[in-house]
Amino acid sequence: MTKTNAVLALIPALMAVPALAQERGSVTEFTLDNGMQVLVRQDHRAPVVVSQVWYRVGSSYESRGETGLSHLFEHMMFKGTERYPEGRFSEIISREGGRENAFTGRDFSAYFEIMAADRLPVALELEADRMANLQISDEALATERQVVLEERRLRTEDRPEGRFGERYAAIAHPGTGYAHPIIGWADDVAALEKSDLEGWYQQWYTPSNATLVVAGDVDPQAVHELAREYFGPIPGRPVPSVSDPDNLDPPGERRLIYRDDQTRVAQLRMGYEVPSLATAEHARDPYALMMLASVLDGGEGARLAENLVRGSGVAAAAGAGYNGMTRLDTEFSLFGVPADGDIEAVENGLREAVAQLRREPVSPEELERARSQLLADHLFELDSVFYQAMQVGMLETTGAGWETLAAFEDNIRSLTAEDLQAAAQRYLQPERLTVGIMQPAEGGEQE
Amino acid sequence: MRYWLGLGLLIMSATGGAMEADITQWTTEQGSEVLFVERHELPIVDIRIAFDAGSARDDDHPGLARMVSNLLLEGTAERDAGRIARQFERYGARVSTNSGRDTAEVSLRALSEPARLDPVVENLAQVLAGAAFPDDAIERVRQQMLLGLQQAEASASQQAEKAFTRAIYGDHPYATPPGGTIDSVESISQQMIKDFHRRHYTAANATIAIVGDLDRDRAEAIAGSILAGLPAGEPLEPLPAVDLPDAPTTVRVPFEAEQTHVVIGQPSVRRGHEDYYALYLGNHMLGGGGLTSMLAERMREERGLSYSSGSRVTTGARRGRFQMSTQVRSDALQEALSVLRGSLTELRDKGPAAERLDASRRNITGSFPLQLDSNRDLLGYVSSIGFHDLPHDYLSRFVERIEGLDGAAVQSALREHIDPQRMVTVLVGPEAAINAVE
Repeated sequence: MTKTNAVLALIPALMAVPALAQERGSVTEFTLDNGMQVLVRQDHRAPVVVSQVWYRVGSSYESRGETGLSHLFEHMMFKGTERYPEGRFSEIISREGGRENAFTGRDFSAYFEIMAADRLPVALELEADRMANLQISDEALATERQVVLEERRLRTEDRPEGRFGERYAAIAHPGTGYAHPIIGWADDVAALEKSDLEGWYQQWYTPSNATLVVAGDVDPQAVHELAREYFGPIPGRPVPSVSDPDNLDPPGERRLIYRDDQTRVAQLRMGYEVPSLATAEHARDPYALMMLASVLDGGEGARLAENLVRGSGVAAAAGAGYNGMTRLDTEFSLFGVPADGDIEAVENGLREAVAQLRREPVSPEELERARSQLLADHLFELDSVFYQAMQVGMLETTGAGWETLAAFEDNIRSLTAEDLQAAAQRYLQPERLTVGIMQPAEGGEQE
Repeated sequence: MRYWLGLGLLIMSATGGAMEADITQWTTEQGSEVLFVERHELPIVDIRIAFDAGSARDDDHPGLARMVSNLLLEGTAERDAGRIARQFERYGARVSTNSGRDTAEVSLRALSEPARLDPVVENLAQVLAGAAFPDDAIERVRQQMLLGLQQAEASASQQAEKAFTRAIYGDHPYATPPGGTIDSVESISQQMIKDFHRRHYTAANATIAIVGDLDRDRAEAIAGSILAGLPAGEPLEPLPAVDLPDAPTTVRVPFEAEQTHVVIGQPSVRRGHEDYYALYLGNHMLGGGGLTSMLAERMREERGLSYSSGSRVTTGARRGRFQMSTQVRSDALQEALSVLRGSLTELRDKGPAAERLDASRRNITGSFPLQLDSNRDLLGYVSSIGFHDLPHDYLSRFVERIEGLDGAAVQSALREHIDPQRMVTVLVGPEAAINAVE
C-alpha cells in the first residue's frame, strides 16, 4: 500500500544473467508509431502478468527549487481522470484481483500492476488513460502534499539513518542530480504548485518518453496488439534533451562527520565515484566492479566478514556493493559498524581492504567464488517475475539498454584477476572517495 | 509494506495454473516431517528446515533462541565460520538462518545440478550436526545483538512493536522480544546456548520443506541426510494459551520525533481457527486491502493524515495478533485515533457495506495466482503447512471459504474476537502529543 520512493532498497548490488537465463527469459521489443517502446519478457510458470509503465524522468532531472517534483507527481497520478475519477483506478484493479503501486527513483518514475494474466487489458487501459488524461486539482494537491510530507517524516526526518543518508548523498554526488533526495527537500515540497505539476506532466509524460514492460504468462504479439490499441492513439510529443555534465571529475576526497542526537550506534559509509553500465567508457569495467564487490562482500566467507568482522573484529558488520543500473556515474560503496565504537579502526580496515584490491590480484579461488556467486545469484533472480520486469525497466530508463542482459555471462566469465586489479587501480582512488561518519552526539571517544 | 503475513496469502490455483502446489509429505527415519513440491522450470532448489525453537522457547532468557539461531553456522569443532561459509559460496549457494516467535529456520537456495547441490547439502548436514558454539563466535554475536538493541532505541517503529507485544501478551512467552533485552543478552552463557540447542534442534522437532528441480527420490535422500547427525529428541511441551487483556489500556512511550507511531490491537486467534477466514476478510476491508481499504481511504486519500495506515491479522501456534497501525504528526493525532477506532467500530457494529464486501472478496479470490508465482513464496507456505500440521488442501479451500462468507459472518467474527474492552493502544512520540490523547 505504499507508493514508495525507496526504490534503492529494491536494487540488488548485482546485475546479471547467465546464458541459461537468457534462453528462459528473452525480451521481445516493439516500438509504437508514437514512439512508445514495448518490451515483453515471457515467463509461463504461473498464470500471472506484471505490467509496468516506465517514464524516463526522476529526481535527478529536477532543478533546485523543484526537488521532489517527480515523486509528488507520482502520487498525483492516483488522483483520477475524467473517465476514472479519484479512487476508481485502485478500485478496479482491486476488484479484478490485482495489485498496483508506483515508485520513483533518481532516473525513473514507474507504475505497475500485477494481475492474473488474462486481465492485462484492464491494466493497460487504465495506464493509457492516466498517461493522457490526468486531472490535477488544487484540493487533491493539498491533500497529497500532506501525505508526502508525512512520508518524508517517516522515512527521513524521524530516523537517524534517514538524516545521515540525506547528508551523505549531498556530498557523495556533488553538483549532480543525485545530490538531493528523491523525495525532495521539505521546503521545495511545501512550495510546489499545481502549475509545476502540470508542466512536469506536459514535459515528460508522453509515449515517446515511456517504456511499457510486460513480464509473465503472455504472448509478445498479443501484448503488442494490446499496447497499440490502448497507447497507440496517444500522440507522442518531443521530449526535452537533458544534459548532465560531469563538472567535477574526479571530485576530490570528501568527508562528512554527522553527530546525531538520537542514534546510539556509530556508522561509517564510504563510496568511490565510478562509472555505471550507462556511463562506462570501457564496457567491461562495470562487471569488474561487480566482481570486486563480490570479492569483498559476496557472503560471510568473503574478505570483509573474514578480516573485519571476525579476524580483527573491529566491525560488528561490514559490507560492499555496486549497482551499475544508474543513468549517471554511480558509487562503489562500503559500510561498516564498529563493534566497540572505534570508527577509525573500521575506516582503516575498509581502506586497507580497498588498497589490497589495488595492490595485488585476487586469488584464483576468490575469483572463481565471486564468479560462481554472481552467475548463481542471477539465476535465482529469475524466480521473481516482478524483478525480471524491474531489471528490464531499469536498464532501459538508465540508458544501458535491456540488451545489456545478454552480455552479462560472457563478461563475468572472461574477467581475469588482472582485469579486476586494473579496475581497482583505475577507480578506487582517494580523489573519488567520500567518507561519511554518523556518531552519537555525546560519543566523544572517537574524537 | 506486507501486512498479510502467514498463511492468509496462500491460495491455490483452482484453475490448475502452473504453480499449483502438489505437496508430497513423509516422515524421515529420525522423525522429521518432510513436505516436498517438485518444480522443474528453473534449475534451482530451495530447502527450509523449521525448528520449534523460536523466542517462545526463551524461558527466562529473552534473546536465547535468536542467539542460538545466529550462531548455528558459526563454527564446528573442525571448521570456523569463514571456512563453512566458503564451502557454500564456492558453489553459488545461499544459506541463512532466521528466527521469530514460533520457529527458528535454516534456509538454503542452491543450483540443482548434483555437482553443485550435493556438496552444499553435505556441508549443511555437517554444520547442523556439529554446531560447536565457540567462545569467540558467541562474544561476536552477543556484541552484534547488543548493538542491534541499542539501535532499536532510536527507532520509533521498533519501540512501538516492543511495547505492543508486551502489552497484548502479558505473561505469555510471546510477550518477550525475539531479539532479547540488553540485560538478558549480556548474561547468556555458552552452557545455556548448548542446552537450548540440544533440546530444540532435534529431528523430532524439525519440519523440512523442499521446493524445486529434483525428483522424489533425490528429495528423500536429501531430507534423510540433512538431519542425520541430530538427535531424535523428545517432543516439546505445548506453549501455554494466551490470556486476553482484561481491560482497555493505553501505553505511552515518549520519543523525540515529529510523528507519533500508533498501534492499536489485541491478540487474535491461533492458526487453524475456523473464524480466521472471516477475520481475514474483515481485515482486508478495514486495512489489509491496500489503497482501497477503509483506513487507507479515510486516513490518506481523504484526509492526508498519514503516508501509511493499515491493519493486519496474523496467527501462530498460539493466538497471533490483530493490529491497526499508522504514523501521524502531533496536531493530527487525535483525529487519526478517532478515524482508526471509528472505522473498526463501524465495521464491527454495522457490518460491511455490500459493495465493499463484494470488492474485497473479489480481490482475495481473484489474486490467488499472484501468491504462488515463485518457488520462494511456495517454500514459505509449504513450510508453514508442515509446521502447523495444516491439511494439504488448506490452500485450495481458502478461496472457497472466502467466497462462502457473507457480511453477517464477518461481523460476527469481529464481534467474537475483536473486543473494544480488551483493546491495547500504543503511542510512541513526543511527550506532549501522546499525553494529550486517550
